[in-house]
Amino acid sequence: MCTTCGCGSDGATIDHHHAGHPYVARRRGIAAPAAAAAPGAETGPGRTADAAESAVAASAAAHLRQVSIEQDLLARNDAEAVANRRAFAEAGVFALNLVSSPGSGKTTLLVKTIERLAGRVPVAVIEGDQQTSNDAERIRATGAPATQINTGKGCHLDARMVGDATASLPLARGGLLMIENVGNLVCPAAFDLGEAHKVVILSVTEGEDKPLKYPDMFRAADLMLLNKCDLLPYLQFDVEQAEAYARRVNPDIRIIRVSATSGLGMDEWMEWLAAGASACDAAAPALEQV
Amino acid sequence: MHELSLAESAIALIEDAGRRESFHRVRVVRMEIGALSCVEPEALRFAFESASHGSCAEGARLDILPIPGEGECAACGIRAEMETAYDLCPQCESRPLKVVRGTEMRVKDLDVE
Repeated sequence: MCTTCGCGSDGATIDHHHAGHPYVARRRGIAAPAAAAAPGAETGPGRTADAAESAVAASAAAHLRQVSIEQDLLARNDAEAVANRRAFAEAGVFALNLVSSPGSGKTTLLVKTIERLAGRVPVAVIEGDQQTSNDAERIRATGAPATQINTGKGCHLDARMVGDATASLPLARGGLLMIENVGNLVCPAAFDLGEAHKVVILSVTEGEDKPLKYPDMFRAADLMLLNKCDLLPYLQFDVEQAEAYARRVNPDIRIIRVSATSGLGMDEWMEWLAAGASACDAAAPALEQV
Repeated sequence: MHELSLAESAIALIEDAGRRESFHRVRVVRMEIGALSCVEPEALRFAFESASHGSCAEGARLDILPIPGEGECAACGIRAEMETAYDLCPQCESRPLKVVRGTEMRVKDLDVE
């Protein structure tokens, strides 16, 4: 067990960087799949006669009562996300949840973004991957503080992991918190982390129809960055078609064509980020004189 | 496999209810799952069996109550069934319908003893 925070030993780990020991978030362990042993639900070899069985079932049914629950499966995550959102608003931080397939160029885009914002807008980063801290190390090489969350078998970040990870990150007022989710266009769509916006990154080396294949993610995002546009001359990728598919799924989505490598579109992306960060700064409660 | 996280959330909700309502064994769990939600019912079923292990819902039967997708057109106002979250309005074909039903992922109720 982690002696810093009292977390358990299963599930997701959050790299405390500064402390040099693995942080293990307080998450429930997951048992291996086992055959269900539902009394009365399965008839297998060695069972008693039908009559005896139905007598048992009738006796059990007499003790059954119905309990109303009426709760959303995401209720707990959503409650943690609300707490994160409140903390980000109080800190005056513009938090973004970056989602995409693996290999869309999220980390390179993030590195180039941090380099361009250096000296103007402070950036802190949470990196989510199943394994390795390679991405957090790439971010730290730019000078920005970064925390790596390894989700283990998990396919997405959840609000509690992000809440735990932000505890060890300096969040500067008027700054950005970039949360790079696990590369996956399916699962992260459902999990609110408390971000201001989801930003989906689609690269032109993927198919134009990704927005139709993974509509939940493109519907959940407010901004789409169409990345690697410097490669368009070498590819059969129909930009207008890809953008039309994204707008079919989400008519309100904003789209910026970018290339982290050539710099194309990066000014527009920087403007969008700076505007969001200054709006969060302006909306945050006045700094208290202590 | 976000269904595993969702199944774990369901078990947590059920165990909370068990403490509140003083039951120790769950026989049937009824969940409402919308056609436009991000849940694959068979994956949820598999995940539920795994996540329920060692809980008061271990061995419980999971009944999934499907809820069809339904949307409304912002332009002409008609309501129509939706198969995908980006179905166009069948009448005016101007914009995707706005989803009004079918994204539910809820634990509805339980049979307990």
